[in-house]
Amino acid sequence: MRFITNGITFIVNAAYGLVIGMVTTLKYLFTRKATIDYPRKPFPHAERFRGVHELRKYDDGLERCIGCELCAVACPANAITVIGAENDPKARVSPGERYGYRYEIDMLRCIFCGWCEEACPTDAIVLTPRFDLADFPRQRLVYGKDKLLVRDPFTQHMANTESAATTDPGVTS
Amino acid sequence: MNHIPDWAIILAIKSGVLIFVVVTSFAYLMLLERKMLGWFQMRLGPTWCGPWGLLQPAADAIKLVLKEDLTPGGADRFIYKVAPALAVLAALLAYAVIPFGWLPDGTPIALASPNVGILFILAAGAIGVYGIALGGWASQSKWSLLGGIRSTAQMISYELAMGLSIIPVVILAGTTNLAGIVAAQSAHHLWYIIPLFIPAWIYGVTALAETNRAPFDLPEAETELVAGFHTEYSSLRFGTFFVAEYINMITVSAIRTLLFFGGGDGPWVGQYPLLTVVWFLVKLAIMLFVMIWWRATLPRLRYDRLMTFGWKFLLPTSVACVIVVAGIVAAMGSR
Repeated sequence: MRFITNGITFIVNAAYGLVIGMVTTLKYLFTRKATIDYPRKPFPHAERFRGVHELRKYDDGLERCIGCELCAVACPANAITVIGAENDPKARVSPGERYGYRYEIDMLRCIFCGWCEEACPTDAIVLTPRFDLADFPRQRLVYGKDKLLVRDPFTQHMANTESAATTDPGVTS
Repeated sequence: MNHIPDWAIILAIKSGVLIFVVVTSFAYLMLLERKMLGWFQMRLGPTWCGPWGLLQPAADAIKLVLKEDLTPGGADRFIYKVAPALAVLAALLAYAVIPFGWLPDGTPIALASPNVGILFILAAGAIGVYGIALGGWASQSKWSLLGGIRSTAQMISYELAMGLSIIPVVILAGTTNLAGIVAAQSAHHLWYIIPLFIPAWIYGVTALAETNRAPFDLPEAETELVAGFHTEYSSLRFGTFFVAEYINMITVSAIRTLLFFGGGDGPWVGQYPLLTVVWFLVKLAIMLFVMIWWRATLPRLRYDRLMTFGWKFLLPTSVACVIVVAGIVAAMGSR
């Protein structure tokens, strides 16, 4: 008799456990999925996320960078190379005496600490929340002015406010 | 073409259509399973191939076909190459007798409707173990061999309980013809899941074990045996084993539907006999969903517990069911 009651208790317990398990998984079937459909949808990031740099301009189109190399000095990873040059008064690049003739950041060395941002006296270099910079040849990951400089001075402020996806022309959200 | 009789041509066309349908449904069953498992785990599953990931099976097929077909050095080449074909052959064989529904004139929609339908399906399922065991044996790899041995032992021990769980159905219906069993259920307006819920449950459990599905997926336990019996297989031969496994999944679900859930029986079948096909497919889909649900929920059994469960619990229980049902039917004096 004891054998039978023990068996029944065992079966009931086992069935109860099974039901609990099945209901649990069924609940997860209908929960919101944790996956972010990333390249097709923007990836949410922290508000002050530090990603790829951007060289900003003044609203009149002149570059903010004055070629002072303070960012290169501040950089703990020696990722920044700046070569300044004298401004030609007839065709100015920046409002000051000098401008950044060459401005390169090696994205493979950069640790995205943001010290360049803090060192810059004219707020020329800023870190945007853009983070998808994977590429194949290593040479292409040394970003020069062609990649860092914002094209339109009126879009530059978006870097600190908008999401990463909107700053990337390759992604349509 | 005069020497080929008409019935042979018709049969060949029917078989071709059936095989095409079954293989296509296998492809989408795999996609469904990946989707469902993803959703169960709060993922999205495949989404990149085509809209909603619907072309994923095609992509998988192309990938498998283009892969290199390797044969291990010490393998028994002939058996190694025959094993996957044997597995898929046994899996497809069962579809010859499964009635998918009823035509308006009352004939079952099936390739054949032999009086030994159930025995035929059990026999075909039993051949299926050869594919797995031989594949594991011929690979000349210890993981494959262990997987094959496990599969053999598991399938043999669970097949007993499976066969015994079907006997009460046969006793109640009084026939081994699958269409006859379904007809008996719709005649009494009583699906056998209601009087025979214990055999139905035993059949469900043993069907999981027969198809090597979680929680009984010991023959291909990834965490222990790499990939079990198909460790050494690649390319199309691996794909063939996959086809066999998923087709078996559909087969056991179809049999479960036929034996315990009234096959094509359902509302309004009296007016529209072709609706039986729809009801059958709906029930089949629910069975398949439940199998995926089980896979998403239950952890794999330990091997000794698998054996204990099969021999010491399922087998005595199914024997008891057979005795009780046979006793009741005999006492009532009618079938």
